[in-house]
Amino acid sequence: MLRRPDSRKTVPTRGGGKLSLTVAALIGSITVFVLAIFLGFELISKVPSTLHTPLMSGANAISGITIVGALILSNTAFNEGDPGTAAWIAFAALIMATINVVGGFMVTNKMLEMIAGKRRRGGK
Amino acid sequence: MVNAAVWDIGYLVAAALFILGIKQLSSPRTAPQGNRMGAMGMFLAVLVTLARMYSEGVVGWELIVGGLAIGILIGALMATRVEMTGMPELVALFNGFGGGASALVALSEVLGRLQEGNVPDAGVELYAIWVAIGLSGLVGWVTLTGSLVAMMKLKGGFVVPISKKWVRFPTWGPPWLNVVKILLFAGSLYLVWLTINDPTNKDYIWGIVGLSSLLGILFVMPIGGADMPVVVSLLNSLSGIAAAFTGFVIGNNVLIIAGSMVGAAGLILTFIMCKAMNRTLPDVLFKSFGGSGEKDQVTRTKVGSDPEEVAMVLDGAQKVIVVPGYGMAVSQSQHAVKEFANMMEAEGCEISYAIHPVAGRMPGHMNVLLAEASVPYEQLIEMDDINSEFPECDVALIIGANDTINPVARTGEGPLAGMPILDVDKARVVVIIKRSLSVGYAGVDNDLFYMDKTMMLFGDGKKMMNELNSALKEL
Repeated sequence: MLRRPDSRKTVPTRGGGKLSLTVAALIGSITVFVLAIFLGFELISKVPSTLHTPLMSGANAISGITIVGALILSNTAFNEGDPGTAAWIAFAALIMATINVVGGFMVTNKMLEMIAGKRRRGGK
Repeated sequence: MVNAAVWDIGYLVAAALFILGIKQLSSPRTAPQGNRMGAMGMFLAVLVTLARMYSEGVVGWELIVGGLAIGILIGALMATRVEMTGMPELVALFNGFGGGASALVALSEVLGRLQEGNVPDAGVELYAIWVAIGLSGLVGWVTLTGSLVAMMKLKGGFVVPISKKWVRFPTWGPPWLNVVKILLFAGSLYLVWLTINDPTNKDYIWGIVGLSSLLGILFVMPIGGADMPVVVSLLNSLSGIAAAFTGFVIGNNVLIIAGSMVGAAGLILTFIMCKAMNRTLPDVLFKSFGGSGEKDQVTRTKVGSDPEEVAMVLDGAQKVIVVPGYGMAVSQSQHAVKEFANMMEAEGCEISYAIHPVAGRMPGHMNVLLAEASVPYEQLIEMDDINSEFPECDVALIIGANDTINPVARTGEGPLAGMPILDVDKARVVVIIKRSLSVGYAGVDNDLFYMDKTMMLFGDGKKMMNELNSALKEL
């Protein structure tokens, strides 16, 4: 049997009842969602074309934030045998998310050194 | 037990670092710092998560430590090993992994809940979580399969596992395929709706996985060539949206903030890239490769020159502007170009490189390729700054560029109308290395090829550059 001690906390239990996602909490999350979308729209306006690829790659590494979810769900015990399909899927998710995060930031850094780093040394 | 507010504040700081990171990434001066900020935010988010899990009791570290270790190893290895030329493919691949991870988290959550019998009663909680699981899966799988197709398209093809044969990835998309895509999308949404009514039925979940994976493949299949960067950017936006939906699934605001912000910023970037190419997003997505599909028939002819002739023209030139394009990337001729530049500079010639904003497979691709060949950054000059220099230049050497130098764009007619171009036709002599007279991506014939001052070197970019270099040596 899969044991996930924090599965109860996967949704805020501000309503007090067991496993209750209150309407207020949901509205709160939706508010954050909508405001963050507007923020994203306003965040970048003019980007020089040489930075399109690094920006894409850097933003992509940030979307690897799903690693947080993968970590939480990978918390399973082996002492009772096979942790089950759900755990193995979380494990796969953790590997993919970690590759996305680590590789993404490293590759972006590499590109920026090529593009922006030479500019500084070139004194332009 | 630590107060839950501590974790939330930690996540809030991480989210703030992401916002600053993206902001700084959009300006050349602050970009490297922006990337570091993003990485710091991610490190903090992971740290907070691990600390929270530790304080609330971890039942087993095996998968956590194992997954992190394997991921770090593979990610670091791929990022270190990659050649500058393989960069666009790698960005597409990482992007796919991000979307795939979100889809898998949602899948793991729903399977885990079913395994535990932890299904909420009909009500807000059920609807919210199950809709989020369905949408996160839908967007995530589309991102994963779409990015994998995009990666193979950027590579140009893939190796068949057993026969070791190189297969070109097809660009295929008849108009009726758009109807299939719409049906697949509608079908996936219908399955999401079905899961709400019958939350314990796993068939619907697997149905969403199947339909959306197929949708991702068909979505990218018809898009080709110069449109690929736009699609990768759009997929990047989708991977952010998938992460945001996953945030709803596991009830975590940092995922929602970072995901939706990347989704929105990615969409804006997609529009910026479309605009630089003078294309609209619907055109890119729903009209198959080659724009309107009506390509000009090339009926005129032009006698090709040979490298010796060109070498003689180049002999004594005072100012040469090199115009690299998609062809230089495909033929990997950047080192030959650098060798050429070295020889010319030794003769006292001034060399600069004209960089069109959309030259190559990805924006900034030319900069990265030429940087790899150790071309000094100061010699790479952006279009707006170099256009005034063409009239004083003796020779403009064009390697595998076509649409970005087509004078027809100035006339305001046809698919290229209004696209900013490099004024190479103002140079005294124009040398074009190109495989044939065939039309470029936009499907428009290029008057520049037939001008009297134009010399065509027909052939592969690398081969012709090497022949030109040896001809120059013999002079």
